[in-house]
Amino acid sequence: MIKGAADTPDSTGADPGRRMFLVGAGVVTAGLVVPWYFAGRGPSRGARIEAGRGPGLAPNAYVHVAPDNTVTIWLAKSEMGQGVYTGLAQILAEELDVDPHKLRIEFAPADAAYNSPFAPMQFTGGSLSITSSYTPLRQAGATARAMLLAAAAQRWGVAADQLRTFGGEVHGPAHRATYGELAEDAARLRPPRNAPLKDPADFRYIGRPLRRLDSLPKVTGRAQFGIDVIRADMAHAAIARPPTFGGSVRAVDERAALAIPGVLGVHRIAAGVAVLATNTWAARQGRDALAIDWDAGPHADFSVDALRGRLRALLREPGALASERGDVAGVLAAGARSLDVEYEVPFLAHACMEPLNCVAHVTDEGCEIWTGTQMQSGDRKAAAAVLGIPLERVQVHTTFLGGGFGRRANPRSDFVVEAVELAKLAGRPVKVTWTREDDMHGGWYRPFALSRIRAAVDAAGAPAAWHHVLAAQPVLRGSPFEAFIPPGKTDPSIIEGAADTPYGFPNLRVEAHEVDSPVTVQWWRSVGHPHTAFAVNCALDELAQLGNLDPLAVRQRLLADKPRHLAVLNAAAQRARWGQQREPGRFLGIALQESFGSIVAQVAEVSVDGDQVRVHRVTCAIDCGLAVNPAGVIAQMESAIVYGLSAALYGEIDIRDGRPVQSNFDDYPVLRISEMPFIDTIIVAGDGPMGGAGEPGVPPIAPAVCNAIHAATGKRIRRLPIASSL
Amino acid sequence: MITLEINGARHELDAEPDMPLLWALRDLAGLTGTKFGCGKALCGACTVHVDDAPIRACITPLAAVSGRRITTIEGLSADGDHPVQRAWVELDVVQCGYCQSGQIMSAAALLASVPKPTDADIDAAMGGNLCRCGTYQRIRAAIKLAAELATT
Repeated sequence: MIKGAADTPDSTGADPGRRMFLVGAGVVTAGLVVPWYFAGRGPSRGARIEAGRGPGLAPNAYVHVAPDNTVTIWLAKSEMGQGVYTGLAQILAEELDVDPHKLRIEFAPADAAYNSPFAPMQFTGGSLSITSSYTPLRQAGATARAMLLAAAAQRWGVAADQLRTFGGEVHGPAHRATYGELAEDAARLRPPRNAPLKDPADFRYIGRPLRRLDSLPKVTGRAQFGIDVIRADMAHAAIARPPTFGGSVRAVDERAALAIPGVLGVHRIAAGVAVLATNTWAARQGRDALAIDWDAGPHADFSVDALRGRLRALLREPGALASERGDVAGVLAAGARSLDVEYEVPFLAHACMEPLNCVAHVTDEGCEIWTGTQMQSGDRKAAAAVLGIPLERVQVHTTFLGGGFGRRANPRSDFVVEAVELAKLAGRPVKVTWTREDDMHGGWYRPFALSRIRAAVDAAGAPAAWHHVLAAQPVLRGSPFEAFIPPGKTDPSIIEGAADTPYGFPNLRVEAHEVDSPVTVQWWRSVGHPHTAFAVNCALDELAQLGNLDPLAVRQRLLADKPRHLAVLNAAAQRARWGQQREPGRFLGIALQESFGSIVAQVAEVSVDGDQVRVHRVTCAIDCGLAVNPAGVIAQMESAIVYGLSAALYGEIDIRDGRPVQSNFDDYPVLRISEMPFIDTIIVAGDGPMGGAGEPGVPPIAPAVCNAIHAATGKRIRRLPIASSL
Repeated sequence: MITLEINGARHELDAEPDMPLLWALRDLAGLTGTKFGCGKALCGACTVHVDDAPIRACITPLAAVSGRRITTIEGLSADGDHPVQRAWVELDVVQCGYCQSGQIMSAAALLASVPKPTDADIDAAMGGNLCRCGTYQRIRAAIKLAAELATT
């Protein structure tokens, strides 16, 4: 299973035979589905990395203590807004006993030393950054601290247990020294194999809110994003890509482009036709001046309308069985009161604020890449493959990401490969910057997905049977994560949250159809959960109405034997004053989804005036187990709700004649400050396992709002975006 | 050659007069704090001040700003101590941070003309600045905090 499960390990990687892997029950996606847990990875794998760190203590790939007392942490995860810059520093600082504000924080290079403990890849996704880094970073910090303590004990001739660490210093009965003063002595010691970790009761930082550590560079314009990278002698590029899915270039007339001041040259590359220039504006003008004869390819007549028809027909056919209990067919055939409804979600672009971009420089020595990526190991491998050079001759420099949302972990490293190919042709550093239109037309969308739910209530009105059939394009199949799909099973991105819904329907059957289309698709913040949360939570409200039950009461009943879920549900409902008198014209809707190891319930308070929906307030409760940085979890709930609300209200990529219709923020609107609901987040303290925070806040918002719209208007929204259904 | 006054310094730039200010700032002057987001004045990421008024640099040709006073995020304060920047840090506004140069320039311009903005003032002044990380709730609170910081 490891073979082909993803990247083969880098040349610096540990022997794969050393790894054990356990079959995990839960499916966690991420963009990235990780059903197997790779263990046996110590924090000290990156010997080559540590050797290059210069004087001082570098017991592992994550931390370095310099003689001048600078303590540096290397982040194996990319900072795309979700707060790992702060949260990961917080974890290391805890065990090392340093002030997180005093850490120097660097983004790690692409190297197997930074592969996830969950999969042999260096990537950021799956809401896994904190959970997957928690133990390795604690061990990294504890190991360094133990060595500094041992060095002090040796120097002062006292027992180590008489020493204390505090704020980057070791204190003894009669001495004190900074870590920097001890670093070189400590570096001569052998790293302990199992340095003791702190008792959580002694935590100073973990579990307490910590203000972001990347604010100052981001409010002064100094933070470097990929688009900001400047290299000596760098050329700027704009690429004309085929306007249709599956299209290609037949012929190019480049004469007018070459006449534009600043244009340096025109190159045919696999992605299309690239114009190189001395600045971005000239490159774009040059691109506009290209006369390209496009071959529209075999899918020039593709449309979402046709795809919808194909999927709707499939919903009437038996699909691959994803889960089953009881006898759904029997209950439905017995003539119980039932419903038969369809739910639809559109293709969506990620629309990161920072359009895609990449700087590459190819020389005889190898290739350097500067970009904001969520997928260092995949990009490195793809660059090595396109250049035909060994992996270790490709260096990836990760910058801050101006949003990622999954798009910057591209299965084919599209935005990296084209820059590398072009840089080789140009013989100088090249920066490729996508326009907003390039970004929005570029494919790799969240899949279009349909659900059909047939469900019945018993004589008392309680849910009795639930038959859910789904049809969508898979996002893992064909990606580096393909081998994480259980053999013979449906891609988890289609069924997650549906096949394993926490709602305890007594009779349940879930089937799925994996469909194909010319449209490239990939993970979009919370992956398959938005479409399953929408279908399940909205159809459940319909079923409650059929049984004359309150939407909260029906959920309490179906979650009765799941105390964590129930606590989250009730926390949100109580804070939102569910069932109590409210301002005239205001209505509530509720939804709950478990995803990425966390449970989130949201109550949306809306008013509807004609076709104008106003979301006034969202009350959100989350149980993510230990919240390393509660302030960060709250920020992620706010972020996820806004991201999900933009999609629910407006988000849609339509495709006609093989081409995406939307192109910029005028026809792909996103939420504005004037539309912002007040968000009130509650972290429900639980002692369950740690879950993620970046994605789980997205799925419940669309169904919570749609259920509230029904309360306000009596109208069911069964197709997103809401703007197209009202 | 076009002469621009950016953050109090004269820049002689070899550029066509129709080049948008955004690309002159980023590619020619090396001031990358001002961001590209849409190219059509739809997102506000490129907001800078020209003679103290907020404008979208992505659609403003150099010919229109020659000889005028241009302030970018790099020139808003010497070391990040403008009240808006302090309030942004205090309230943990940023997430990915990409839109925040534009948000901060719009907010600073608002406070310069309306020292105590109402929610409606904030909606009107900030409505053209998009944020995909959803930091709007904190932006609103931070503008109000900055208004207090500016008067204390």
